[in-house]
Amino acid sequence: MAGPSLMDSLFQRSLDDLIKGLRLHQPTSESTFISKSLDEIRREIKSTDPQTKSTALQKLNYLHSLHGLDMSWAAFHAIEVISSQNFQQKKVGYLAASLSFHSSTDVILLLTNQLRKDLSSNNVFEVSLALECLSMICTVDLARDLTPEIFTLLGSTKSFIKKKAIATVLRIFEKYPDAVRVCFKRLIENLESNDVGIVSAVMGVFCELALKEPKSYLPLAPEFYRILVDSRNNWVLIKVLKVFSKLAILEPRLAKRVVEPICEHMRRSGAKSLVFECVRTILSSLSEYESALKLAVEKVREFLVDDDPNLKYLGLQALSVVSLKHLWAVLENKDLVIKSLSDDDPNIKLEALQLVMAMVSEDNVHEICKVLISYALKSEPAFCNEILGSILSTCCRNVYEIIIDFDWYVSLLGEISRIPHCQNGEEIEKQLIDIGMRVKDVRSELVRVGRELLIDPALLGNPVIHRILSAAAWVSGEYVELSKNPFELMEALLQPRTILLPPSIRAIYVQSAFKVLIFCLYSYLFPDEAVASSPSLPVDLDPGVTSSISPKEFSESSDVVVTEPLADREMDEGFNPRDISQSLEDVSVGNGGDTVIAHEQTSCSATLKKDYFTQESIVKLLDLVERTLCPLMGTHEVEIQERVGNIRGLTELIKQELPEFLVHKERNVEGVKVKALEIVKLMHDAFLEELGPVSTSAQERVPIPEGLMLMENLGDLEGICGDIQLPIPSQFCFGMPHSGGRESTSLFNQQTDEESETSYECTSLLAEHRKRHGLYYLPSEKLETISNACPPAKDPQQSDDLNDDGQDLVKLTEQSLVPKKKPNRAKPRPVVVKLDEVDGITIAVSKPESKDYLISGAVREVLLGNEVSSAQHKLPDKSSNKRREKDKLDIDQPSDTKENLANVGKSETSTSKKSKHHIPGKERKHKSSRKNADEREDVQKDKTKSGHHNPRHKARQRADDNVDVIAQTPVIPDFLL
Amino acid sequence: MRRIYAVLCSRPESVCNFIEAESISGPDTRFVYKHYATLYFVFLFDSSENELTMLDLIQVFAETLEKCFKNVCELDLVFNYSKMHTILDEIIFGGQVLETNSSEVMKAVEEISKLETASSALSLVHKSVSGWRSR
Repeated sequence: MAGPSLMDSLFQRSLDDLIKGLRLHQPTSESTFISKSLDEIRREIKSTDPQTKSTALQKLNYLHSLHGLDMSWAAFHAIEVISSQNFQQKKVGYLAASLSFHSSTDVILLLTNQLRKDLSSNNVFEVSLALECLSMICTVDLARDLTPEIFTLLGSTKSFIKKKAIATVLRIFEKYPDAVRVCFKRLIENLESNDVGIVSAVMGVFCELALKEPKSYLPLAPEFYRILVDSRNNWVLIKVLKVFSKLAILEPRLAKRVVEPICEHMRRSGAKSLVFECVRTILSSLSEYESALKLAVEKVREFLVDDDPNLKYLGLQALSVVSLKHLWAVLENKDLVIKSLSDDDPNIKLEALQLVMAMVSEDNVHEICKVLISYALKSEPAFCNEILGSILSTCCRNVYEIIIDFDWYVSLLGEISRIPHCQNGEEIEKQLIDIGMRVKDVRSELVRVGRELLIDPALLGNPVIHRILSAAAWVSGEYVELSKNPFELMEALLQPRTILLPPSIRAIYVQSAFKVLIFCLYSYLFPDEAVASSPSLPVDLDPGVTSSISPKEFSESSDVVVTEPLADREMDEGFNPRDISQSLEDVSVGNGGDTVIAHEQTSCSATLKKDYFTQESIVKLLDLVERTLCPLMGTHEVEIQERVGNIRGLTELIKQELPEFLVHKERNVEGVKVKALEIVKLMHDAFLEELGPVSTSAQERVPIPEGLMLMENLGDLEGICGDIQLPIPSQFCFGMPHSGGRESTSLFNQQTDEESETSYECTSLLAEHRKRHGLYYLPSEKLETISNACPPAKDPQQSDDLNDDGQDLVKLTEQSLVPKKKPNRAKPRPVVVKLDEVDGITIAVSKPESKDYLISGAVREVLLGNEVSSAQHKLPDKSSNKRREKDKLDIDQPSDTKENLANVGKSETSTSKKSKHHIPGKERKHKSSRKNADEREDVQKDKTKSGHHNPRHKARQRADDNVDVIAQTPVIPDFLL
Repeated sequence: MRRIYAVLCSRPESVCNFIEAESISGPDTRFVYKHYATLYFVFLFDSSENELTMLDLIQVFAETLEKCFKNVCELDLVFNYSKMHTILDEIIFGGQVLETNSSEVMKAVEEISKLETASSALSLVHKSVSGWRSR
């Protein structure tokens, strides 16, 4: 038995041998070498010789940290090595434990006794090893079992151990909050230590604790303040500043006290890190103090002009902290920020970009976008896309809040699409369609931009732009009546290079071509329809109403409501390029009731249009469609195939009946009934329906039919409905229109009050709107009946109709929500349809873990004792002592409640409120309970060590004078004011 | 580690030393790095540390290594893996910065080395290792 063991230890590869071996091997053979070594380690680690075992473990440590080898299997061996008497072996063992142990390591409990032994060892380095390991792998059990040892070490006279014990306390608290009750007092005592290292360690712990849950540490503000004023160690000061940046938000009077010392540090210190921390504290927590803020911004500017990229970067970050509250700070440094956009450093560029976007407002959006686009063109692809992405997201914020000139924005989108590296196709696609649906006035510009994109065959070769093209195709199809030349559009949609498009987008192209075709046919076959419907327009309008509102508003309301006739009118204009401007003018001027001109105008344009849609051009169009789409019938993509099928059905029908129709037409026979005509008309009507934006919560707002039980478990459904036919979806869809625009009033039972309030608001708005233009909601009834009358089975677009109906009504609701325009605008902002979207109630405040509450609960409890102890070594200044006790009691009050809080997250806030609001009242109450406190003080006195009478007493006395004032600040307002 | 390496290599000279690390190592984290000749030092930290002090801390660490190895280079670190660990443990303890004075660190490290040498002197096999250490 001893033989092989001895051999092992004599010929064992040391760590150095292993490393050398690894370096000799090529990357390719490295893995085989590693697995060979691992086999050796597995064998050696079982050796009875402790040295062999520890060397094996050492090698494993190395392989684990640098090559990521699993070493959890060696957990037990690590514990064996830790128990060695040999320091070096012990060290290897502890390293292995800190590297590989975690809360689910089952042998970890075996370590408890060994840790306890080492923690009470006489050798400081052994203690240090144990502490180190404990702070890395601490579990709940370890924390609980070893708390007494840690407590003892906190009182150690050796600062080497003491500060490590302090740092370990943090991990213990995290795992075992009850330890706070035991150790907290000693921790606070160490704040007064003369040893900078120890103060730094304690501050480190408090900094970590306070970042998680600052409220509980407010009572310690006096101690922190003393450090802030007295300490000259930058490490400590930075930690204190971090704590204060949390506390100052909670307690404004504290903020008032600390702002001056912080400014002092900022002026005085030469250490950039400290200055930066001061700046950050002021910008994030004390920005309401103007002089301090000014000083901080000054310092930021110094950072920004510095050559050191680190300072520049941090300076920009600091600015972005303050940009929300004090935009002027950013604007003041605008030149530097813009300059940073062309920095070499991607971090700096990104920060600068964010700041630039923060500066965007409706006044400067043109200018800034222009600058940014020029930067985007110069930058490398990644940053270019970053710029474009942030332009897009900023502009669409809050339903295009900052955009006034939508024509400009749409052409900007077109411009962005053509930037070579643009990867934002999806977002642009979304916005193009969204704007099309929401902003009526911009549609002609949209169609123009769409056309330019569609007719450029070069763009089809670029896959990233395909999404944008799909939006362009959709827009062109949907708003084809605004197009100047639908034939050209058709050619663009059917150009041969569309074969490069992915099938889903190709399907959209085909569908758009379908819409264009229907539109052309309709315009050709029913040239009179438009004329016929146009004169009826003024009749519909009540001149009394229209004259009282502005022309602009009128055209909007009629746009919205009288969809059909209006669309026809628009169409007329669209086809008559020469007349466009004129007729537009007429419409806006003549809507006051000047029916004659309007009538003449439309009939005039109608005749012109007749010339435009000649038989020849229509036949050519049909030929083009047939020729290009027929081959697609054989495609494997169902979407394309189906849509092409629809078109083909139509074209064949038309071709069949067209000659017949022409004969009738030439003879001017009235009332001819041709099947194709009917279909074209129906389809056209169907496509005329506007698609509105749909609220994300629309689905929720659909009322639950009465008597419908919503079962939670849908699995039951099959059993119940097995033999019952599912409800026909169309019923559902038609149901919506009849509930009118008021659908939002009927809500789910479980919706919150807030939501119902919104809906009430929207119904009242709707009512108001109706009062004003009451008549114009009536035609919507007409639309419904039309689409209801559709021959159900034949019409391939039926489902579209249904959707349209539903959306139409959603839209009606939306119209009532269009916000009132702001006055005093040079160029009126077009209406943007907004939905009454109730943003999903986001629970923004993530609840801290219950552990944190446990800690803070315990902290508050202990702080009671702490206050007493600190009061104890105050000067015998009676008044300050009294106040301090009151202070303490006030803290005591909430902490009583606090104890039961651990698992009730919400009450946290209520507690804090309590402590704020009730304070003045309690003051009096506490006088009676003072006695009680005095007694407790006596008890504390006995416990507290006599070591507190240190030579710095004098210095502290000065500090205490300040401190006492602060001690009051959270509690008694009158004292400060 | 490979991802960090890739990011570091992609960064040119004369850019700032901070990297947002949320994508690599979770929220509220950042890297700071610094390189001396062929050695790259990367520290990961969160919002309870100051960025510039972390940069200083790397400096402290590098200084200590320098003192330890006299003109520290890659090979020193490769072969003195455990010594490097000892130094780091003295500076950063359980995720907290404890010692920022490199001579204090040196004192502790030397003590520990002495202790190690003493304990390993008993073992024949390990002389080579301690030979490396005392260099």
